[in-house]
Amino acid sequence: MAKVPVQFTLNGSEEAEFIDSGTTLLNALRDKIGDTSPKGGCHQGTCGACSVIIDGELRLSCLTLAETCSGAAITTLSGLSESGVLHPLQRAFLDTFATQCGFCTPGMIIAAKVLLDHTPNPSRDEVVEALSGNICRCTGYEPIIQAVLTAARANSQNAA
Amino acid sequence: MALALQTFPTVKDANAALKAAGTRYLGGGTLVVRAANEGDVSVSGLVRSTEPVLSAIAVSGGMARIGASVTMAAIARHPELGALAKAVRAVGGPAIRNMATIGGNLFAPAPYGDFAVALLALDATVSTDNGELPIETFLAGRNDSRAIVTSVSFTLPKAGTFRFLKVSRVKPKGVSVLSIAAVLEQAADGTISSARIALGCMADRPMRARAAEKALLGKTLDRDGIAPALAAATEGTAPITDPIASAWYRAEVLPVHLGRLLLT
Amino acid sequence: MELRKNYFADVRKDDLHEIGQPRPRSDSPGHVTGKTAFFADRNFPGMLHLKMVRSPHHHARIRSIDTSEAEKHPGVVKVLTAKDVPHNVYTILILIQIGPEDETVLADGKVRWKGEAVVAVLAETERAAQEAAAKVKVDYEVLPAVFDMEEALKPGAPLVNEYHGQNYYLYDSGACRKVRFGDVEAGFAGADHILEQSYQSSPIEHAPTETTGCVVMPEGNDRFTCYTNTQAMFFTLDNTSIILQMPGSKLHFVGGTVGGGFGGKVDVIVEPIAILGAKLTGRPVSFIYSREEEMQISSPRAAEKVVIKDGVMKDGRIIARKVTGYTDAGAYSRHSPYGAQKGAGHYPGPYTIPNVWIDTYCVYTNRTPSSAMRGFGVTIGDFALEVQMDKLARLIGMDPLEFRFINAYRDGDMKAHRQPTEGAALIECMQEASRAANWPVAEKYMAMSSYKNGA
Repeated sequence: MAKVPVQFTLNGSEEAEFIDSGTTLLNALRDKIGDTSPKGGCHQGTCGACSVIIDGELRLSCLTLAETCSGAAITTLSGLSESGVLHPLQRAFLDTFATQCGFCTPGMIIAAKVLLDHTPNPSRDEVVEALSGNICRCTGYEPIIQAVLTAARANSQNAA
Repeated sequence: MALALQTFPTVKDANAALKAAGTRYLGGGTLVVRAANEGDVSVSGLVRSTEPVLSAIAVSGGMARIGASVTMAAIARHPELGALAKAVRAVGGPAIRNMATIGGNLFAPAPYGDFAVALLALDATVSTDNGELPIETFLAGRNDSRAIVTSVSFTLPKAGTFRFLKVSRVKPKGVSVLSIAAVLEQAADGTISSARIALGCMADRPMRARAAEKALLGKTLDRDGIAPALAAATEGTAPITDPIASAWYRAEVLPVHLGRLLLT
Repeated sequence: MELRKNYFADVRKDDLHEIGQPRPRSDSPGHVTGKTAFFADRNFPGMLHLKMVRSPHHHARIRSIDTSEAEKHPGVVKVLTAKDVPHNVYTILILIQIGPEDETVLADGKVRWKGEAVVAVLAETERAAQEAAAKVKVDYEVLPAVFDMEEALKPGAPLVNEYHGQNYYLYDSGACRKVRFGDVEAGFAGADHILEQSYQSSPIEHAPTETTGCVVMPEGNDRFTCYTNTQAMFFTLDNTSIILQMPGSKLHFVGGTVGGGFGGKVDVIVEPIAILGAKLTGRPVSFIYSREEEMQISSPRAAEKVVIKDGVMKDGRIIARKVTGYTDAGAYSRHSPYGAQKGAGHYPGPYTIPNVWIDTYCVYTNRTPSSAMRGFGVTIGDFALEVQMDKLARLIGMDPLEFRFINAYRDGDMKAHRQPTEGAALIECMQEASRAANWPVAEKYMAMSSYKNGA
């Protein structure tokens, strides 16, 4: 089987691997590199559990081939907390009971991070739109929406 | 056989590689990687091209030419394509819009391909290395299309003439029950002087609602004026049945939603 | 959070440390950092991927199975058929003596629903397993199928499951679970109005974000560690022990972290065959449902049909209720005999009715086997009962909420299955709902209490 080299930055660290051509980024991250924070819920682009940030843009790692990411900067949920200090979104998800089974949480937080990176003070509608590609079957979404709004408020208070 | 990807700097070379059996073109991955993930073993090779023209957007002289690899998100944020923003934002969630391409949308089977419905109403032209085709002709033959789509071009609609509606059961968005795009031009007295209406999910691929278009000509956009068009809306349709809705349901609700689009 | 302390003030304890206090969830820190280990987060070198060849027919006899081409496919390590499974015919509830064993791990001679597992392919990669699965040749003789419960119960209907011998589950009480209380026919004879209505529902899929699956590691000490997202750990371990004819001490199940279950992960489906694969190859095995399998193959909530006949008086009292419930088990029992039994226990609803007659049937059809889902056997019944209550109120021109106050069960009332009511709070719930929904009821109802004779 043809192996191809891939090299990218994952959460600030250089990663280089030889992978089978045609391997999805999701499988490369989980099975080769060992970052299991992106989850495979549908492998068809519907659930958003595999969401990652590639060069600042929200992407689905299950539909992205790893070899197309060479040279890219990739962020996953694993890279959000720095030396044990939770990111404001992580803190807010804890405090507002925005997790239940936890399977959608990595994708939700990643999608919310991209929103807040571009729109630090989003409206509720903007939060709903930003999370519209992520499915949660437990919470009914409301605590998740509240978590993102709470994190945005916390950010703006810190910035002030 | 594993799935292997080949990347070529030119469309010409990619076209040549695409001739191999079991090979598909990789755009944003939302169709072809999905198929592979779901166990479609008929796809054994993927081909893509990085030729810069595929990623370019050019707007001049009232015309837009959009490279086939341009994503929905790139169209949505382009300052001169604001008229299409509503239609392009109807596609997927934010991540899908960062990946799905205009070229790929032409191949998306119903219930997907909402933006192709808009392009059909815009009477776009589809370009390949083999030449240009009207979008309607292209869509009709898309299953046998072996040449990579390089760009899609269309005349920008005059202000206020382009309308778009996507109907889904899930809020804020979900898979289409149906989608409708229309380019409606009105004479000075308000009557419709030209109409192009395209429908999604009312066949296996986007289709024109020609009977409804014809019934609108010379009419005003009010309840009585649009009644003949609504009555003719389902003419020639063969709606899909899928987990979202039955063909019967889609046919029942099409006139209702067309009416809402026309009266907004 | 607002706590109303006026209800049941005499039995309320206000010195509790946990109840009424916000407490962080113990699992949340793992969830928000991505550190929670779901079963599929385990990856082992040399792990094989299992893909299932499934029946394309609703009901068919298997004439022959040819796996020779699949076995030769590059990357394939093992192909399993029914003969490889030590105890191939099983049923989950046999652990609590609810038989007969009626379901095959891998189909043997016959398939009874579209999607039934026939052949398991184990290969080095998912792709190789998928390609090889496509090369398995199964020769089917298609049989007539039945999809409707009432059709299935008619004489001459195709027999779905030979292990039962008829298209319904035979309880010790006969063809159905029964509740008999008072004299329902006398009740109907004395009623001012009779209303008979039927209600039905379709199967409902839980659609958890994490699909069903497991990862199995053969350990050096002849034991197998199974990482699974089952909701029924020891049910799964014990059934696996039966199916594989392997002592439970050889099986080490690791679970407890479930990416959404809702009842959809209580069946024993993926673990036995994955462990068998690991045993026969000596290699780690991963068997994870695709999204399509989760939606089409995993057990849904059963389709149900509920026929309710009520006798009601002009003053609002329901004096007789007859309920016939049908639970569509699909092709195999799984948890459905219990679901139908729960239905019998749940009717006639939270109401005190002097004359009650209940029959609930567990019916076999050629549909996807159904099983547990949030209040299975009860939820659809509640839908039917409460729609019926609204219709009855309308029939006698009474406010639907006041109508429920009149019939609500209260402490000391004898329920139809002869359990005296205790700890009821329906009256108080409705009083609070009346306030919250701004749906006022007469003062006498607001003065009622679940304590029948006053606190």
